[in-house]
Amino acid sequence: MDGVRRQPRATGNASPGRPAANGHGRLVGTAFILSILASLALTAVYAVGGQPQLEGALLAVSLGTLGAGIILWARDLLIPEEISEEREPEPSPPGMRAAAETALQMGGRQLTRRTALSRLLIGALGALGLAALFPIRSLGPGPGRSLFHTQWSAGARVVDNEGHPVSVRDLEVGSVVTVFPEGFVGSPVSQVLLIRVEPGSLQLRPGRLAWAPDGVVAFSKICTHAGCPVGLYDASTHQLLCPCHQSTFDVLSGATPVFGPASRPLPQLPLEARADGVLRARADFQEPVGPGFWDRP
Amino acid sequence: MIRRLVLWLDDRLGAASFARRALRKAFPDHWAFMLGEIALYCFVLLVLTGTFLTLFYTASGQDVTYSGPYAPLAGVRMSAAYASVLRLSFEVRAGLVMRQIHHWAALVFVAAIVVHLLRIFFTGAFRRPREINWFVGTGLLILGMLEGFTGYSLPDDLLSGTGIRIAYSVVLSIPLVGTWLAFLFFGGEFPTPIVIGRLLVLHIMLLPGLLFAAVGVHLAIVWHQKHTLFPGPGRTERMVVGSPLWPHYAMKSVGLALVVVAILALLGGLFQVNPVWLYGPYNPTTASAPAQPDWYIGWLEGILRLAPRGDIQLFGHLIPGIFIVGVLFPGAFFAGILLWPLIEHRITGDDAPHHLLNRVRDVPWRSGVGVGVLAFAVILTVAGSNDVLARFFGVPVEWITVGLRVALLVVPPVAGYLTYGICRDLNGGAPESARVGRWVRLRRSATGGFEEVEPDGPDRGAGTAERRGH
Ligand code: FES
Repeated sequence: MDGVRRQPRATGNASPGRPAANGHGRLVGTAFILSILASLALTAVYAVGGQPQLEGALLAVSLGTLGAGIILWARDLLIPEEISEEREPEPSPPGMRAAAETALQMGGRQLTRRTALSRLLIGALGALGLAALFPIRSLGPGPGRSLFHTQWSAGARVVDNEGHPVSVRDLEVGSVVTVFPEGFVGSPVSQVLLIRVEPGSLQLRPGRLAWAPDGVVAFSKICTHAGCPVGLYDASTHQLLCPCHQSTFDVLSGATPVFGPASRPLPQLPLEARADGVLRARADFQEPVGPGFWDRP
Repeated sequence: MIRRLVLWLDDRLGAASFARRALRKAFPDHWAFMLGEIALYCFVLLVLTGTFLTLFYTASGQDVTYSGPYAPLAGVRMSAAYASVLRLSFEVRAGLVMRQIHHWAALVFVAAIVVHLLRIFFTGAFRRPREINWFVGTGLLILGMLEGFTGYSLPDDLLSGTGIRIAYSVVLSIPLVGTWLAFLFFGGEFPTPIVIGRLLVLHIMLLPGLLFAAVGVHLAIVWHQKHTLFPGPGRTERMVVGSPLWPHYAMKSVGLALVVVAILALLGGLFQVNPVWLYGPYNPTTASAPAQPDWYIGWLEGILRLAPRGDIQLFGHLIPGIFIVGVLFPGAFFAGILLWPLIEHRITGDDAPHHLLNRVRDVPWRSGVGVGVLAFAVILTVAGSNDVLARFFGVPVEWITVGLRVALLVVPPVAGYLTYGICRDLNGGAPESARVGRWVRLRRSATGGFEEVEPDGPDRGAGTAERRGH
């Protein structure tokens, strides 16, 4: 046996036939019997309708005792043996290496000698590769301008989760409600948070105070960080918190970020209240909602 | 009977000489060498349980109304995918235990890969000639994480849907092509009903195929190059010592496989994991807090939470901060891991092949770097749970975030430097030039003059690394 020699371990391990080995044999046998019993029980549990905890536990016993038995068998009942084996050298012998190199080059030279043909071959493969790329375009529509607008439009009525129009009267100071444009309840891109605050406390950008009739402000609910719905409003601090990475937005100053990873304020939806008190959008958002992207101004 | 079969095979394949060598192949016995095996057996179990799950799963975002036996969700509108996971969990016999074993196996799979990688790193087992297997192994780690993330996304519950939402935003943030990539993969603007089907294709076909291929290459190379060895009496660079494949190693390995599966069965049976029915179906207008991804995504979640604002305006274009922390940072992190053998080679200039391993203390600077990076990743993972921690300690989440930001900058260098110092002290704290000599003397006394220390032994390599390290 070239390169492999036996080295009986110099430990006092029991060998088969000795009394100690018989004890180990009994242990291994018990393990296998336990495994059989657990497997039978597993089948029974399954047959009577199954029960997840029992199934897991019985499977664990059945496999665990089987595994333990096999490991004990290997450790205690096999003749311990330590062999050593020579490693093959990593670089092949120099002659072999040279021969392989030559074979590669000889073959290659046959191809490269036909310069024009080999160039055409490469061209053909490249063209084929390009052509094969085109089906990727079938995966989805191009983005176009779809990220720049939502379903809000001038005059769209503000409705709640159930589709009921929301009017200023319905909102107490400090309250918050998720709303949608009429006809688009549940729309992921058009979801808006309606918050009513004391009208005098708002410090919005010039011109935007008119967007908040009677202190009702509307902000896109989609976090400008990574797009989670900004769900938590703390009426005492007038702050909105995004549950995903804890970006915090200050409502009074126009939902500007005050903590966390979001960089941009939540876009504000221009609102108006007609005589009936029902809230409507004056227009769509003036900027893309949600997380940033390359083409965003 | 078996003899007849063997003869029949050899008549056709002439494989006797290969078989004889293979059966008597030496496998070193060391617990640290089992980590990769544990990952392998998790993978096998994942394929088996996953096949079972696939038979009951509906990959569709189509709206349905729940009418199954789980009362709290009766009459709730949800995707067909989510409904099928509920059915699998509550109505299919052994379905829940299979699902939970599958999930536990995935968690342990990635964990075993990471611990295996750390073992390889700290013992220098990636050095020449094993760089290729380090590359393949890093690829396996990345594939394993992707596989885990896609699988986690399939139930279409509130948590996983939020995860996909964030992933979409990260793709969207890529300069120039982000919107196109996102629209092509998701089939339009988020959320789309078809993305769940695409994730399934990735999860059960493309990624497992790549994993199979990479595992095959990984094992083939280990088989060919043979195992590394820890240095010890009578151990040399040219020999590998261990128990023979047949029957010793084969039995131990099969036993280990069974024990691994047994433990996963126990976890899957007794310890609830990912109870999607409690989270509810995905709804793009709500998110739950606190939200936790699987553990191996925690560091990515953590960097998103810790990073301060960082949008960049460039020539009228926007580079969102999440591009930097969600794409560039993980890219650089994995590139660093992938290229480590080349980086270390650059630093040490060590060209010799190594089959004997380093002990952790042998190369203090490498161990320092390793511990530093590990501390960095651990802090990020902790940061992925900053809201849970805030709730637990009853303090504002801002405090935790700010504290972890400081820790992220301070702890890794300190931990790395301490490790470096401890390793150096363990080596005797001798001046570096003297260490090579010391090392050789120590080894001689350990071997009791039984064998000469080879000139290209690990001691010399370590000493060289040490000298050129600064
Ligand atoms: S998505 Fe809101 S903070 Fe990240």
